[in-house]
Amino acid sequence: MDIFLLEAVLNGVMFGGLLALLALGLNLIFGVIDVVWICYAELVMCGMYTIYWLHAVYGVPFPLAAVAAILLVALLGVLLHRIIIEPILGSAPINQLLATGGLLFFLQSFATLLFTTDFRNVGIHLPSLELGDINLGYARILAFAVALVGAAALYLFLARTYLGTAIRAISQDREIMGLMGVDQRRIYLITSAIGGGLAGLAACLLVLQYDVHPFVGLSFGPITFMICVLGGLGNMIGGVIAAFIMAQIIAIGGYELSVEYSEVLAFLVFIVLIMVRPQGILGK
Amino acid sequence: MNRSWIIAGVGLAALALVPFVASPYVLHIAVQILIFGVIYTAWSFMGRFGLTSIGHGAFLGIGAYTTALLWNLYGVTPWIGIPAGMALSVLLALVIGYPCFHLKIVGHYFALVTLALGQVIALLVIAARDVTGGSLGMTPTQVGESIFAFQFPNRTHFYFIALALWLLVLGVWYWVGYGMRRAALDAIGEDETAAAAAGIDVMREKLRITVISAAITSLGGSVLTQYLMYLNPETVAGVGISLQIVFAAIAGGMYSALGPTVGALLTLTLTESLRILFGTHFIGAANTIYGILLILFIVFLPRGIMGLIEQFSLFRGTREKESRLPL
Repeated sequence: MDIFLLEAVLNGVMFGGLLALLALGLNLIFGVIDVVWICYAELVMCGMYTIYWLHAVYGVPFPLAAVAAILLVALLGVLLHRIIIEPILGSAPINQLLATGGLLFFLQSFATLLFTTDFRNVGIHLPSLELGDINLGYARILAFAVALVGAAALYLFLARTYLGTAIRAISQDREIMGLMGVDQRRIYLITSAIGGGLAGLAACLLVLQYDVHPFVGLSFGPITFMICVLGGLGNMIGGVIAAFIMAQIIAIGGYELSVEYSEVLAFLVFIVLIMVRPQGILGK
Repeated sequence: MNRSWIIAGVGLAALALVPFVASPYVLHIAVQILIFGVIYTAWSFMGRFGLTSIGHGAFLGIGAYTTALLWNLYGVTPWIGIPAGMALSVLLALVIGYPCFHLKIVGHYFALVTLALGQVIALLVIAARDVTGGSLGMTPTQVGESIFAFQFPNRTHFYFIALALWLLVLGVWYWVGYGMRRAALDAIGEDETAAAAAGIDVMREKLRITVISAAITSLGGSVLTQYLMYLNPETVAGVGISLQIVFAAIAGGMYSALGPTVGALLTLTLTESLRILFGTHFIGAANTIYGILLILFIVFLPRGIMGLIEQFSLFRGTREKESRLPL
């Protein structure tokens, strides 16, 4: 096997972990609240800027900056739900998607206004792991590991805790759960906080590999939505599998063709798959 | 009925006078309002019946790039390039629309499929940078005032072209939106299964408005490019412009004929006045306010400005009727 192809595949696996983490938060929100946060990638951008300012500009240690970013984005998630989603929970789902789209515009342009369109680097350069001729950046390995741990933690939380059970229950039948004594509003706010927190966690990992700029969300936002739909919106395990499939298409396609064509390929695969299996790859 | 014809006549006369009284700058904005009015109206053909596309940039991009590339590379006149772009857009709309409607992909899912479609076209334009200039964009080869090249540096000429196009699209709007077809489409927007049970060919009706919408959007994209004489993947394809189309149409009011044009008027005026107010120092100020407005519109005024006006006049109308009722 071609050594460079192998490197591309391995990098694809690492990238898949990151995409899976991104998709998890979005999937949780969709499964529980039945809303698509089209501005999800822009929340990640907010987290990336937080780390950049705290760490690169004010010299706060990275772990502390990372925690601050996770908390801040979790708070943003709660505010997003409380201020924008809650008043229109009863209207057509597409309206909620479009309202968060308004927030996408706002966050992008507000970031441009505050920080200009400069590309900013957090200034941490982790070395590469060399396995023979293959180079694997530690930043990617770290992202992969943290993403897996995050996914496992979310799984355990949903499967084993009382709150997690309530969240899963409400995603199955939102009318009945009110009668069972579950405070729907509280569950929604907690879910939004977790969804936001996951976006914050993704931001901590992305900032180690990519520069921050106001439009950074556009480079991984759309692919995240495709992954959620492919996995079956609201289906966590399906989302993780879809993330690895898409990451491989992009990694191998990028190696064989070019970056843009590999993404075109990924979107075309999405369009075909959604028509073959609109319920997602793991859907019933 | 009579009164509304008079209002329409006066309005038209006023619009025809614009180029003779307005400054070149105002005229430049007016042309753009008309062309974007066409594009936003095209989106509303689908939007008002519940087919929310967030990838209309795809059709805009196909129209713009087909026309410009045919002209620059092969010297094909836009008079052929524009219909060619429209044909391609219609083909794409059919290829995507048919399976979507067949499999009953609606709501979120339909929106996300269109989002992917918009991304595909934008990425293709960037990837084919050898001919399209990639993200840097391209300019159609300029030959000065020429009917053959569809180039009219004279703004007054272009204003009347845009005005004619806009009136044509409004005509299509009335043609699509009246009689049994309107009722059928409304029924589909409300409840697809019930509409099908009532004997409506859901598939055919949906495909019809999708094709019309794609064709007009493509036409709008071509004409916009011929006017601005510059195109890049950010301004005529991709997520940004696609969302901008959705928002302007909603803000103006997608359920009424003039709504999307009001949306174009609102957004372009807002952008221009903020640009004058803040200059280029505050890049992003316009879109920041734009974003907040959009959230407010969707939360408080989902039927847009024209929806509000209509609601108000309807209310007044019923009151008049009520007062005429014999006691």
